[in-house]
Amino acid sequence: MARISSLSEAIQSAVRDGDTVALEGFTHLIPHAAGHEIVRQGRKELTLIRMTPDLIYDQLIGMGCVSRLVFSWGGNPGVGSLHRLRDAIENGWPQKLELEEHSHAAMANAYEAGAAGLPCAIFRGYIGGDLPKVNSKIKRVTCPFTGEELAAIPAHRPDVAVIHAQRADKAGNVMIEGVLGVQKEAVLASKRSVVTVEEIVDELPERSLNAVVLPHWTVGHVVEVPGGAWPSYAQGYYPRNNGFYKEWDAISRERDSFHTWMKENVLSKGPEVFAKYARKHRMAAE
Amino acid sequence: MADYKPNEMMTVAAARALKNDDVCFVGIGQPSAACNLARLTHAPNITLIYESGTLATKPNILPLSIGDGELCETALTTVSVPEMFRYWLQGGRIKVGFLGGAQIDRFANLNTTVVGPYDKPKVRLPGGGGAPEIATSCGEIFIIMAQGKRSFVDKLDFVTSIGHVSGGDSRAKLGVKTKGPTKLITDLAMLEPDPETKEMTVVSIHPGVTREQIQENSGWPIKFAAKVGETPPPTQRELEVLRDLHAQTNRAHAEAA
Repeated sequence: MARISSLSEAIQSAVRDGDTVALEGFTHLIPHAAGHEIVRQGRKELTLIRMTPDLIYDQLIGMGCVSRLVFSWGGNPGVGSLHRLRDAIENGWPQKLELEEHSHAAMANAYEAGAAGLPCAIFRGYIGGDLPKVNSKIKRVTCPFTGEELAAIPAHRPDVAVIHAQRADKAGNVMIEGVLGVQKEAVLASKRSVVTVEEIVDELPERSLNAVVLPHWTVGHVVEVPGGAWPSYAQGYYPRNNGFYKEWDAISRERDSFHTWMKENVLSKGPEVFAKYARKHRMAAE
Repeated sequence: MADYKPNEMMTVAAARALKNDDVCFVGIGQPSAACNLARLTHAPNITLIYESGTLATKPNILPLSIGDGELCETALTTVSVPEMFRYWLQGGRIKVGFLGGAQIDRFANLNTTVVGPYDKPKVRLPGGGGAPEIATSCGEIFIIMAQGKRSFVDKLDFVTSIGHVSGGDSRAKLGVKTKGPTKLITDLAMLEPDPETKEMTVVSIHPGVTREQIQENSGWPIKFAAKVGETPPPTQRELEVLRDLHAQTNRAHAEAA
């Protein structure tokens, strides 16, 4: 049942040391503010799941919150490497990072299987390549009807899903628009969830009959954090700040410059810093 | 003849390979530039699909990421990522998949995972993303990659997605029914698989490029088809549209900073 709370309270209560956490968002609606709160609260030994780990995972990894990563594409989209992720894999800094590496199709199927309450995901994939050689979770099953060999991997069942959405109503019903990614599946597959939103409104606005809504009884904490997806974007509110994604390349390249940035912009600040990126009212598409 | 860069020749040659009625799964970077150049020139009705779930998108600027708002706002519709991979890709709805990579071998297998051993990589690359299933589920695959000894290698450090595996009928023997890589477009030439051996073979050389140059930038003894053509140079219009697209993109990305 949804509870409207503060961000620190939500992370305090939902995310514990050693948890498996999925902070999802497929380039859109990435829960940056919530990720920063996890860093501030100093969570350790997390297993992070995400199809496309980007800046916020780079930050969590560089700050030593993470011991294991389940993923399918880890980079700074259109820019290049995630330097903190690479430093962890190539040099074990600040700690060793265990990898469970998949393809996008596998990850998307595993979230869907988790949401559907199934133990595993079955799909046509992983044919001929080397990923099954380095990931023992990738198995083959035979279709009992046609004899076709298919790929199987375990369903994702995170302890916690953390997502950002455009808005929720006062009861905690959450509405998502635009590039949807796997957020609905991630929340439904998880035991607990934290949803940050641009705004909490009295009633969800006029919407398509098939709008993507997570009913209040499927979500845990709902927190209003305007701008909370920045530098990713919130469709209808603010655009992706491609310039910051490019700047991150220089900030994160060295351990010192990374730490300085984290200290100034995360450790000594709170979620209110995101408000300056927000638009108070929904704008027309740019 | 217009003055142009090898990279522009590559993008133009790749765009020309696409047809007006193609349904194309687009990767970020070079593939995205080529696909949108095709859409803005000879293939206005091409269907471009990005793995973020945007179907039939018509971006005015090139996206920096695979899920930029621009893609969603100009799309016919946007579906969830599980639906994208299950119904549209695995369901066999995509005719052409457009891929790039860090390393390629003579059978057009691709590596986007690691340079060096997997457990102790020299360079950790982003990983496969959608490529492993794009490579086997799309009707055919076009690959766009600049040539060099470090990227065109004799043996891949890691096979992220398969092309023609070890040549001949080895791809079909794995149970894969799609064609695999039918075109490899580089900054020097166009290659296609030999009908028998499936080794990628030079079929057309870009203007001003020599066979020696192509060989020097390949990590294996490169094969040339019996009849090798010359790639027509970019037209004035192709260059204008491409440069305009890049200029608009740079302007938009700088504004957002």
